[in-house]
Amino acid sequence: MKPIVRVEKLGKKYVLGKREAAYGSLRESIVEAVRAPLNRLRGRNGGVAGEILWALRDLDFEIAPGEVVGVIGRNGAGKSTLLKVLSRITEPTYGRAELYGRVASLLEVGTGFHPELTGRENIFLNGAILGMRKTEIARKFDEIVAFSDLEKFLDTPVKRYSSGMYMRLAFAVASHLEPEILLVDEVLAVGDAAFQKKCLGKMGDVAKEGRTVIFVSHNMVAVQSLCRRVLWLEHGSIFENGDAGTVVSNYLNKSFGGGVASEELWPDAADAPGDETVRLHAVRVRSKAADPAAPLTMKTPFSIEVEYWNLQPETQLHVTLHLYTEHEIIAFTTGSGLEPNWSDRPLPAGLYRSTCEIPGELMNVGRHRFSVLIVKNKSSVIYRHESAVTFEIVDLEERNLSWYGREPGVVQPVLDWTTEQLKVV
Amino acid sequence: MDTTTTETQNTPDSAITAVSNVKSIPTGPDRLAHNLPDEPLVIIKAGSSWGVIDLKDLWAFRDLLYFLTWRDVKVRYKQTALGVAWAVIQPLFTMLVFTLFFGRLAGVPSDNIPYPVFAYAGLLPWTFFANAISNSGNSLVGSANLITKVYFPRMIIPAAAIAAGLIDLAISFLVLIPLMIYYRIALTWSALMFPVVVFLTALLALGVGMWLSALNVKYRDVRFALPFIVQLWMFISPVIYPASFLPARFRWLLSLNPMTGIIEGYRSSLFGHAFNWGALATSAAITFALLIYASYAFHRMEKNFADII
Repeated sequence: MKPIVRVEKLGKKYVLGKREAAYGSLRESIVEAVRAPLNRLRGRNGGVAGEILWALRDLDFEIAPGEVVGVIGRNGAGKSTLLKVLSRITEPTYGRAELYGRVASLLEVGTGFHPELTGRENIFLNGAILGMRKTEIARKFDEIVAFSDLEKFLDTPVKRYSSGMYMRLAFAVASHLEPEILLVDEVLAVGDAAFQKKCLGKMGDVAKEGRTVIFVSHNMVAVQSLCRRVLWLEHGSIFENGDAGTVVSNYLNKSFGGGVASEELWPDAADAPGDETVRLHAVRVRSKAADPAAPLTMKTPFSIEVEYWNLQPETQLHVTLHLYTEHEIIAFTTGSGLEPNWSDRPLPAGLYRSTCEIPGELMNVGRHRFSVLIVKNKSSVIYRHESAVTFEIVDLEERNLSWYGREPGVVQPVLDWTTEQLKVV
Repeated sequence: MDTTTTETQNTPDSAITAVSNVKSIPTGPDRLAHNLPDEPLVIIKAGSSWGVIDLKDLWAFRDLLYFLTWRDVKVRYKQTALGVAWAVIQPLFTMLVFTLFFGRLAGVPSDNIPYPVFAYAGLLPWTFFANAISNSGNSLVGSANLITKVYFPRMIIPAAAIAAGLIDLAISFLVLIPLMIYYRIALTWSALMFPVVVFLTALLALGVGMWLSALNVKYRDVRFALPFIVQLWMFISPVIYPASFLPARFRWLLSLNPMTGIIEGYRSSLFGHAFNWGALATSAAITFALLIYASYAFHRMEKNFADII
């Protein structure tokens, strides 16, 4: 089938120093005004100092009509720049893109809202900014108002709106655009769960109507459930382009790498962290999933293993772990004090491994790290090691609550619940 | 070329019927059924800005011009006690002060017209022009959030600032009517030229404002220079004094200022004096030349707006 979007050898360069010059003061400008002709005499581009950043490099891809394509990649990979070029906000440095349909972008909902104007007035203004004709807005007006749920506040200036109301109105307008190609950037980053649900539902509808959607997000659950194909950008180029499931899992593997790769190992006890009593040998995170190399999801059980040399015979040693979230909050502390084999006996000299089993459905999403504490005689910490091992818990399952974000809380255990009817009225 | 094309066939009939109920969607249901046009609607490539302005694109966004103008007018006098009266107060009080100092004390001639009407007729185009180029010159920078987030022909922003100024011009014009009745000045057929000179003023303001606004994106100096330029420009325009105030051999020099022909044109059309066609033609020629240059310069600069604003 003929593509609706065809991108050929697209590239976009930013000169980083230039931006500052744009904000230059009068004095700088006068200096620049004197210097620029001099530089021009010396040779072109002499005045343009600054680092060159290629936000996009040699992009080549096509999108068929009706496809919903996800664009993923780390921050600075060029995702947003790609959308900006496709929506004609900025021009590419080289290359070409052909669009065989009307484009609308939800780069930031609420763009152009004026705080002094009422909700009603802003619907018209915002609609026009997003490229709707006046008659089109008038026709859809009731529908937009119904979608926003703000009938009562239509004649209130939006500066009196709460941020939630503001977002609802903004999204209501934006979602009534009828482009053939819709560009969406990270709409899920804002709003509450109900709002997210509405946004994603609307995006799903748009896709079902046969429109083409290009969806940029860091939220892999949303990308996987909405998109059939995914473009993975890395340093401005396409790293992988294909089936959503495959690309997302490759991306997660590369970015967050699961399994035994995440370990610290000291083959030589003399160089290992520790003291005259104890020396660490290895610290690792081991996934218990069928494919140990797959990223750790919220459901994957895994273990943390600590291997250490006991150098002084007959010492009672225990291992304690402090598990930290990415916000450096201790999620929990756990120790080998009740471990069945050695917890009540002194250890003969030798190499030991203490393994802590962490069940699935306990950890929350995010990057974690831990500290290893070696405790002597169940009382004194004799050595503390801040492990360099970090692991990422990713969220891949679409949960029935339709909330695509991280739930608050340091852990996210699945607990047993029961509801009983106590009285019939 | 490592492109992948996935064939999809997910256009349920229900979606098509739902959309086809609505008659005036330009995009129509047929395109949703993936009958793509043969030629791309949009081609994005480097350096595509080297043509002339894209009038088709500008026309497609004409409603935006309307709404931005309407927003400017609506918002300008929000939360002010006197509201729209400000559009009248500005030229009215300037006129009173000018009448006192220049008309009475300095005895500046006024082409046999009572000085207050003479001054007001000059202040009408001048106030419009001065406010229009100031607002327009700062308009792009003030709309940075729009420019970095959505596409539309950027020219609409400075143009809307000019259009909003026209509304103020219309309001302040209302004061002229009682003034002319009071001083018993009757309209003549020359009044038919009035809309023409108003239009010419708007075009001149558009040319200057558009160019300054684009320059302002890169060099914020414009913001500082603008009030200064406006002030100096007023003194070299026949607002306080008539062009005839100058010795005849220097008058051509004054005509190089396009506002000269325009302001004299306002007075001629209102007071039924003979038009200085030479000055008016010079103004028109300079206006059109400026407008063409400004749209060319604007178009050349606008591709970088989102990156440097």
